[in-house]
Amino acid sequence: MSAPVPPVTEGPPPTVAVRRPRTLRWRELVTSVAALFLALFVGALLMVFSDPAVASQFAYLFTAPALPLGAAWVKVSTAYSALFIGAVGSPAALVETAAQSAALICAGLGVGLGFRAGLFNIGAQGQAIWGATIAAWIGFTFQLPYGIHMLVAVLGGVLGGAIWGGIAGFLKAKAGAHEVIVTIMMNYIAAGLMAWLLTTAAFQRPGRTDPIAPEVFPTAALPSLFFGRLHLGFLFALLAAAGVWWLLERSTIGFAIRAVGANPAAAATAGMSVARTTITTMTLAGALAGLAGLMSTLAPGSGFDPVPVPLTIGIVGTVGFDAITVALLGRSRPLGTVFAGLLFGALHAGGLAMQSLAKTPFTLTTVLQALIVLFVAAPALVSTLLPFLKQRKAPAVAAALPAGASK
Amino acid sequence: MSTTTIPPAGPQAPLSATQHYVESAQKRRSRLSIGALIVAVGLLLVYLAFSTSGEAHFALSNVFDEVQLPTISVPGLPVVVTTAVLCLLAGAGFLSGRLRNRMPALAGTVGGLAFLIGFLTWGAAGRDLPFPVSNQLAGTLSVATPLILGALAGILCERSGVVNVAIEGQFLAAAFSAAVVGSLTRSIPIALISAMLTGVVMSALLALFSIKYLVDQVVLGVVLNLLASGLTGFLFDQLVQPNSATLNRSPIMEPIRIPLLADIPFFGPIFFSQTILAYLAAVCVAVVWFLLFRTTWGLRVRAVGEHPKAADTVGINVYAIRWSAVLTAGLFAGLGGAFFTIGSTGAFVKDMTVGNGFIALAALIMGRWHPIWATVMALFFGFVTQMASQLQTLSTPVPSQFLLLLPYVATIVAVAGLIGRTRAPAADGTPYVK
Amino acid sequence: MPQTAADDSSAAPPRGLSLRGITKRFGTFVANDAVDLDVRPGEIHCLLGENGAGKSTLMNVLYGLYAPDGGQILIDGQPQHFANPKQAMAAGIGMVHQHFMLVQVFSVAENVVLGREPGSLGALDMRAARSRVKELSARYNLPLEPDAIIEDLPVGVQQRVEIIKALANDAEYLIFDEPTAVLTPQEIDELMAVMASLRDEGKAIVFITHKLREVRAIADRITVIRRGRIVGQAEPGSSEAELAELMVGRAVSLTVDKQPATVGETRLRVKDLTIVNPAGAVVVDRISFDVHAGEILCVAGVQGNGQSELAEALLGVTPVSSGTVSLDGVDIHSLSPRETIAAGLGYVPEDRQHDGFIGDFTIAENLVLNQFHRAPFSKGLSLDLAAIDAFAQSRRSEFDIRTPDVSHLGSSLSGGNAQKVVLARELSRPLALLVASQPTRGVDVGAIEFLHKRIVAARDSGTAVLLVSTELEEVEALADRVMVMYRGQIVGIVGPQTPRDVLGLMMAGVPYEEATAPAAGQQEVSS
Repeated sequence: MSAPVPPVTEGPPPTVAVRRPRTLRWRELVTSVAALFLALFVGALLMVFSDPAVASQFAYLFTAPALPLGAAWVKVSTAYSALFIGAVGSPAALVETAAQSAALICAGLGVGLGFRAGLFNIGAQGQAIWGATIAAWIGFTFQLPYGIHMLVAVLGGVLGGAIWGGIAGFLKAKAGAHEVIVTIMMNYIAAGLMAWLLTTAAFQRPGRTDPIAPEVFPTAALPSLFFGRLHLGFLFALLAAAGVWWLLERSTIGFAIRAVGANPAAAATAGMSVARTTITTMTLAGALAGLAGLMSTLAPGSGFDPVPVPLTIGIVGTVGFDAITVALLGRSRPLGTVFAGLLFGALHAGGLAMQSLAKTPFTLTTVLQALIVLFVAAPALVSTLLPFLKQRKAPAVAAALPAGASK
Repeated sequence: MSTTTIPPAGPQAPLSATQHYVESAQKRRSRLSIGALIVAVGLLLVYLAFSTSGEAHFALSNVFDEVQLPTISVPGLPVVVTTAVLCLLAGAGFLSGRLRNRMPALAGTVGGLAFLIGFLTWGAAGRDLPFPVSNQLAGTLSVATPLILGALAGILCERSGVVNVAIEGQFLAAAFSAAVVGSLTRSIPIALISAMLTGVVMSALLALFSIKYLVDQVVLGVVLNLLASGLTGFLFDQLVQPNSATLNRSPIMEPIRIPLLADIPFFGPIFFSQTILAYLAAVCVAVVWFLLFRTTWGLRVRAVGEHPKAADTVGINVYAIRWSAVLTAGLFAGLGGAFFTIGSTGAFVKDMTVGNGFIALAALIMGRWHPIWATVMALFFGFVTQMASQLQTLSTPVPSQFLLLLPYVATIVAVAGLIGRTRAPAADGTPYVK
Repeated sequence: MPQTAADDSSAAPPRGLSLRGITKRFGTFVANDAVDLDVRPGEIHCLLGENGAGKSTLMNVLYGLYAPDGGQILIDGQPQHFANPKQAMAAGIGMVHQHFMLVQVFSVAENVVLGREPGSLGALDMRAARSRVKELSARYNLPLEPDAIIEDLPVGVQQRVEIIKALANDAEYLIFDEPTAVLTPQEIDELMAVMASLRDEGKAIVFITHKLREVRAIADRITVIRRGRIVGQAEPGSSEAELAELMVGRAVSLTVDKQPATVGETRLRVKDLTIVNPAGAVVVDRISFDVHAGEILCVAGVQGNGQSELAEALLGVTPVSSGTVSLDGVDIHSLSPRETIAAGLGYVPEDRQHDGFIGDFTIAENLVLNQFHRAPFSKGLSLDLAAIDAFAQSRRSEFDIRTPDVSHLGSSLSGGNAQKVVLARELSRPLALLVASQPTRGVDVGAIEFLHKRIVAARDSGTAVLLVSTELEEVEALADRVMVMYRGQIVGIVGPQTPRDVLGLMMAGVPYEEATAPAAGQQEVSS
C-alpha cells in the first residue's frame, strides 16, 4: 500500500540544522506544565481519599458539602503549600532543591543518552550504587591531599558506574540479551554485592556489627559551593549536561548514537557498528549514573554539620528509578533533562518538607513523578482532559521517546 | 493463456541437490559460547572439589512426613569430581562442534544437571543436616507459582502485540490489594478476587495508554511499575502502616492436602500439598494454552499480535482484541501478585516483589511466548531461588548474600545466551494505527 | 463514464460496482479527487497509474479501510457505506493486497478462515477450516495445502492464499492491488490465467497496476489515474507508449540513452562465494563472477534467490562463509561495512526505508550518513556542521532533491526524493564499485529516468556497477550483461539482448541452453 505522500509545503526560510520546529517545543512545554497540574490534581484526590479523617467527611457531601470540601481543602492545601515552600519558598529551600537535583540530572542524562541510542537503560540504580560504593571506599580508605583525593574518588565512582553499565551494554551487543531484563537484574545484584561488601573488613566500620562504612575523609568530600548542601556536584551536573549536548549534537560519536537509536539497520548499512555504539553508550550512561551515585556518599549531607553521610545499604535511595522519569520528562535532551531534574529535585526537596510539616508521606512524590511522565507521554489524553489546550492537532510526543527500544 | 498449468502447491519444493544446510556464523558463535559457559561451570566444580569433604546427605522426606523415606548419603568428593568431568566433557563436546542431531540438547542437559548435582553435593557435603530434596522440589513449585502466573499474563499481552513490562507493577498492586482486602474481610477468596481486579485495573492502564494513546510500551511499562511502587508505597505510609493491625494482617493461604494423592510417598508432599494458588496456576497454564491455540478468540489474538493489518482487513477489531487480551492478562497477573502477601506472611511490605515480575518476563521470553515452555522456565527459576534459600540453612562457605543473588544471575545467564535468540510475535510492541 | 451511466440509467439500475465522485484527503493533500469508476460482472477493469497516483487509496476507500471525504459507493445501484472492511466484505468485495495480508506463522487454513472461523461456543474447528480450503481450492483450481505454513511457501503460492481468502468470503468484486510486483514471469502468466477464469465465472475484477504490458494483456477496460484524478480511458489495444503518456502526463522515453559499455579492467572479482543465513541454509552457493570498470552487471532473478544476501555480503553486513571477494585486487570479504565503504564501495540498499535512510535525521545528515566521520565533515570527534550543510546544499541542487531545505527531516520526502538522497550520497565520491539493489522500486516514472541516467553516468566514469533487480524492464534498460540467479547459484551470465521469455525461464532455474530450445524449455515447466 503506497502511503499517501506527505505534501512538501513551502517551508520557513532556510536555516542551518533546524531539527524541531519551535511550535513543537512550545507544545511540549505546555503539555509538561499541564501534566504537572494534572498530576498534582490526581495526587490531591489520592491524599483526600486515603486520609480516613477526610474521607469520612464525604458522608456529608450532599447534606453539608462545606464539611468534606473544607476538610479536603485543608488537607491538600497544607500538604501542597509545605511542598511548595520546601521546594522554592526560601533560599535554603532553593539550595536543597539544587542539591537534590544534581544527582537526578546526572543519572537522568545517563538514562536519556541510552534512549537516544534506542536502549532502555533501567540500570541507573545499580550503576549509581557502584558509584557510591567505590567513591566512598576511596574516600575512607586512602589518605590523599585535598582536591586530589576528591578527584580520585569521583573518578573511581564514575568508573565503577561505567563498568557496570558497560557490562549490560556488552551483554546486549554481543549476546542479544534484552537490556531491560539485564539491567534490572544487575540492579539487584549491585545492591546485593554492596550489602555483602558492607560485611567485609574492607568496608565495615570497625567495632560495628551493622552494615555501615566509616565516614569518608574530609579531603574526599565534594566541597560546598556557597554554604551547606549546595555542592560542587551541581556544577558537575551542569557540565555533564553541556558535555552530553556536545556529544549528541556536535560529535561523531553522538551522530552514531542517534543513528543507531533511530534506525539501527540503516546505521549498520552506513558502516556504523551497532555493537560498539551500544557498548559505548551504556558505558557513558553508567558513568553518568555513577557520578549521580557518588554524590550520595561524597556530597555534604543535611544537618547542621554538612559532612558526607557514611555508606550504608540504600544510601542512593531511588535515584536510578527517578532518573528514568527525569529522562522521559526531559525528552532525552540535555537541556530538557536539566529542567526536569530541577523540577523533580524541587519535588524531592518539597516532599521532605511535606513529610515533616504536613505529615504526608514522601512517597507521594514518586506517584507525582510517575503521573507527570504518564501524562507527558500521552499528550492526546492531556488535550482530552483539558480541552482548552487543544489549538491544533497535538503531535505525538511519544515519538520523541525511544523508538524501537523494545526490540 | 487460460490453459497454463498451475504447478502443485505446498511447501517449497526440495532445494536443488547442491543446496544444503551448514552451520551459520550465528549458530557457531552461540555453540561456542554455550560450550565455554559449560566448561567454565565445570572448572568451577573442579575448584569447588578442593573444598569438598565428607559425605553429602539428601533427605527424601520431611521429618513430619508419615512415611519416612531413607536419607541418601553420597561421598562428596567423588561426586563433585564426576560431575565436574561430565561438565567438562559436555562443554568440550560443544566446543568441538562434532555433536549432531539431538546430541547438543543432550549434552546441554547433562551439563546442566551435572552442575546442579555437583553444586548441591558440594553444598551439602560435610554438613550435619541433610539437604531436604522434598522441600526443595515442593518449594520450587511454590516459588514458581507467581512466576508462572506472571508469565501467562505476559504471554497473553504480548501474543496480542502489547509488550508487558509492567508485570512487576501488577504484582505489587495486587499484592497490596490482597493484603488489605484480606485483612478487612478475613476472606481468602475475596482477597484473591480483589487481587485479580487490581491486576485488571493495572492492565486497563496498560491497554489505555498503549492501545489508545500509543505510548511506547516499554516506557509505559516502566512508568506503570513506578506508579505502582509509588501508589502502594504512599498508601502504605499514609493508611496501612498506622493501622497495620487491621489493614495489614491478612489470613494466609494454607496448603491444601488433596486426600489420598497427598499420601503418596515423596511425590505427595511435593505436588499435592500446595496452596490453592499453586493448583490454580497449574489450571491457568492449561486454560491459557487452550484459549490461545484452540479457540477463535486465541486465533484472533495471535493474528493481531503477528499482523494486525491482516486481521483488520478480514474484519477483526484489532483494538477490541488487544483490549480483551490485555485485560484477561490482568486476572493472571493479579493472582500472581496475591502470592506475595496472602500466599506468604499475609502482610505487605514496600517494593516486596523484588524483581519477580521481571523474572517472569524473562521466563516468558525464554519460553518463546508459549504457556508450557514459559512454565518450564518459571520452574527453573523457582528451583534456583529455592535452592539458594535451602543452601543458606546448611551454612555453606558461600556468603548468604551471594546465594540470594543466584536467581538474578541465573536470569542474566539465561537471557544472555543459553537459550539463544528468540522470535517475538511480529507486531509485539507496535501500536496499531489505521 | 458519464455516457455509460446515462446509457444504463434508462433501464434497471446498472449491475455492478460504481464509485461516484470519491474524494479522499490527507491533511491538505488530495489523494483522490472526485474519482468515478465502474466495474461490471464478467469484466476485468484495469486501473492504471504511477506510484502515488492514488490507486491504493481509492481501493482502501472501497474496502472500508479509509473513510472517504466525499462521494458514493454503489452496488447494483444501491448506495453503500463501509465503515470497516467487514462491511465491505459483507457486500461482496474482496481484495488481494499488494503486501499480502497473511499471518506468516499461521497455516494456510488458519489464514483463510481468520475472521470467520468455523466452530461453536468459541472453540476453533480446524477440521472444518481445512475442508473449506480444500473445497475452495478444488472449485477454483487453485491448488493449496491447508496445513502448510505461509512463510514456507513461495510468494506465488502465498498470493494464491490471498485469492482463496477473498473467494472464501463469496466475493463478487475482486480487487487485485499491484499483484504482479513480486512474481516471476511464469507466475505472472499463471495469475493472468486465474484472473481470466474468475472473470469467466462472472466475477467483476479491478486490476490495479502500473505495468503497461500486463494491462495490454488482460484488460477489458482501462482507466488511467494521475495525481488523484481520473485522466481518461484507454482501449485495451492502445500501445505502451500511448498508455505511458496518459499515465505520466507527458511523453516518456521507455529506454535509457546509453552508449555501449567501454569495458575496462576487472574491478570486482568474486570467487567461490558462499553465504549461509542464520538458520544455516546456504543462500549463496559457491558463485564466481567479475565486474569490470565501466560496465553494469545486472543480477536478475526472482526475489529470495540469494541476490539480497550477495549484495549485503559485498558490503560486509552479512558474513561470508567461504570464498573471496576482491575489489581492485584487495580482498574485502572479511571487512566491515565501514572498511568496504572506505575501499570504494557505494551501496544502495534494497529496502530504502529500512536500511538506507533515517527518517528522524535531517536530509543533510542522511546525505553524510556513511561519510560523517571523515574529512571534511568532521575533525577528530567534532562534526563540522557548516561543511555538512554546504555539501548537502550542493547535492540538493545537483540531484534535484525536492525539499524546502536540507535541514528538514528525511521522513518529509517522497519515495523518489528519498531515493535521490541515497543515490546522491553514494555517487558523490569516487567509487570503485556501486552495488545497487532495486534502485527504482517505489519511485515514480519521472524520477526513474533521472536515477537511471545517474547510474549510467557512474558506469561511464569507470565505476563497476552491480545492479540487483527483479524488474525485467529495468534489467533490459540498464544491463551490459545479465547474471541470472536461482536458489543461490548462477544460472548463467548472458547478453542484454536475451529475450524476455528466455530470461524468465532462466529465473526459474532453466539453463540458457535449454531455455533457448523452446520445446524442451516449455516441457520443463509444464511437467
